[in-house]
Amino acid sequence: MESPHVTKGMDTLDSLLARAKKLADGGAIRDEIVGGIYGVSSGICADAITYQDKKRLNSTYKLDNIVTSKIWGFPIMLAILGVVFWITIAGANYPSGWLASFFGFIEGYLTTGFQAVHAPDWLHGVLVLGLYRGTAWVISVMLPPMMIFFPVFALLENFGYLPRVAFNMDRLFKKSGGHGKQALTMSMGFGCNAAAILSTRIIESPRERMLAILTNNFVPCNGRWPTLILLASLFMSGAAATGTMRTLTTASVLMGMVLIGIIVTLSVSWVMSKTALRGVPTHYTLELPPYRRPQIWKTILISSKEKSLNVLTRAIVVAAPAGIITWILGNIFVGGESVLNHMAAFFDPFAHLLGMDGFIIMAFILGLPANEIVLPILLMGYMSSGSLVDVDSLGSIKDIFLEHGWTWLTALNMMLFSLLHYPCGTTLVNIYKETKSMKWAVLSAVIPLGIALVVTFAVAQLAQLFGWV
Amino acid sequence: MSQYTVAFAGNPNTGKSTLFNLLTGMRQHTGNWAGKTVISAEGEFTHKDHQYLAVDLPGTYSLYSNSADEEAARDYIIFEQPDVTLVVLDATSLERNLNLALQVLEITGRTVICINLIDEARRLGIDINLKKISKRLGVPVVAISARNKIGIEALLDQVELVATSVVTAPPLRITYNDEIERGIAELTPMVEQTIGSMYPARWIALRLLDGDDSLLTSLKANMNSKGKALPGTKEVLGHGVTACH
Repeated sequence: MESPHVTKGMDTLDSLLARAKKLADGGAIRDEIVGGIYGVSSGICADAITYQDKKRLNSTYKLDNIVTSKIWGFPIMLAILGVVFWITIAGANYPSGWLASFFGFIEGYLTTGFQAVHAPDWLHGVLVLGLYRGTAWVISVMLPPMMIFFPVFALLENFGYLPRVAFNMDRLFKKSGGHGKQALTMSMGFGCNAAAILSTRIIESPRERMLAILTNNFVPCNGRWPTLILLASLFMSGAAATGTMRTLTTASVLMGMVLIGIIVTLSVSWVMSKTALRGVPTHYTLELPPYRRPQIWKTILISSKEKSLNVLTRAIVVAAPAGIITWILGNIFVGGESVLNHMAAFFDPFAHLLGMDGFIIMAFILGLPANEIVLPILLMGYMSSGSLVDVDSLGSIKDIFLEHGWTWLTALNMMLFSLLHYPCGTTLVNIYKETKSMKWAVLSAVIPLGIALVVTFAVAQLAQLFGWV
Repeated sequence: MSQYTVAFAGNPNTGKSTLFNLLTGMRQHTGNWAGKTVISAEGEFTHKDHQYLAVDLPGTYSLYSNSADEEAARDYIIFEQPDVTLVVLDATSLERNLNLALQVLEITGRTVICINLIDEARRLGIDINLKKISKRLGVPVVAISARNKIGIEALLDQVELVATSVVTAPPLRITYNDEIERGIAELTPMVEQTIGSMYPARWIALRLLDGDDSLLTSLKANMNSKGKALPGTKEVLGHGVTACH
């Protein structure tokens, strides 16, 4: 229904705006408009609302004097983070062990079954040692910590703590040239970077929004928490013998990772706002909502169902075929070495410079679509090559790593690399969609990758220089 | 059976998504902080004899196109013209929340005001006279508590009345200062002549006075697509819920 009226309308729209701009005279008309609206709404409220006791209104904000105070704000934040990690690690330990034993027990029956029907060895290898074992590992390692971490985090969120975190961080972000709301989008990144990229829409200025997008990768998301938690609890407890001490050390290492992520976020924001994204931070209002008692069971159920199972399903869906492929690659031999070993050997020299090995680098490359699958791919790569370990306890997962020459440095650098390296495929696609710029999408992968390479290289070289490993 | 569209608007963190989940049985993430919902979600619910399509808009403090989410909410209300716009307000900070309600009401009178968290307000000793507010705004005002499921039936009854046009109201007219009013008076006839009666002329004149370029861009885009499309077909918005991990 092309009508001349519409076409004519298009031209006159511009002249309309020009006319309007002339009328407005470039003055502060926005303030006048807002003033008009506010006048009406305060008039209505004066008329329709009565307060029994004005003092009672402010009672919910008493807590804020403490949790957002200059002295206590940061210590309380760190303490809460520490407690969340502590609960996660301490609580996940036993269920992980139980699950691993359970799957090991089932595997015995599967193997017996395959032998009973005289199935060929390769079939047993592909299905049981590749597919089943890989999937079982993913479930027993990833499920318990997620079932604890995500609900606890969701409870804090529903209680209303996140805006207080943003409030505390606001000054730091402002100093680094970013927007205070970057603290909110960062907090969202703890759940999912891809979603956090969308949440940067709450930042008005394009410059500050870009800063928030570029740095969001530096907070670990759902997909990376399991890797960080597992490696920290296996390798970082060091000499600490007793259970409580081990848990405490692991929790502090995880906290250290988060802090490193935040420091990198602030540094990158600062550098970018002094160079490519120059500008002055804009003002904004941050609302501190009243604290609300979370609906505890509902929150736990929803976050378990939505988050934990989601992440796990994604990990399994990708890990299962990857398990088969890695097993096959690990069992086809060319010149006395498996194809998988050839591939890992290709990356090895480079990886050793970074304090890691070829398998780890391969896992990160293959893990681009989703961070959840980095650890499963790595484990399957290790398990399909060389001696097969008995899978019935969590300790044996550490043995697999140790057999492949892991030290605390390998674990630390893998954690650092996981924290800093490029965002996952979905996040990158979202960045492209949101910024509509290939340049920024590429930069948001290249900048973190560069930082990850420099940091792991420096750590590895320093540790070797001082003879710490 | 026809389906009515209900858009959920409101300030951030007023419990829009909680209400949305309750009505549609969906599981949009909710959280006690501003800016949790960034993508509009859609869901369906039934009340009495009618079916409704609920659209959860991003929470915003205004419709002045300060940011992408404010533009998204504004464009939906103007261009998609939902049968009912449900403005969800936080009973514990009504004065600030009303500002958005007034801005919506300037655009459309097909509005129901929903004052959420009424139980919390009562606990804090805040008495709200719904009748007075309703009289001033000219549209139904209902107090509810989404999380404790108080007042939901009464709310849906009012939504039905507005959806079926039993209750109708013209857009609310807010009187600004003389300078603005003169500008509006001069622009409104021109606006009406240019874009017809499809959109609220007074409100668009006001936005033009404010120099709102983004509204103009949206207007052009919509007039283009509406010009080609058959009357009555609505433009499909990309309400993609992005995969998360």
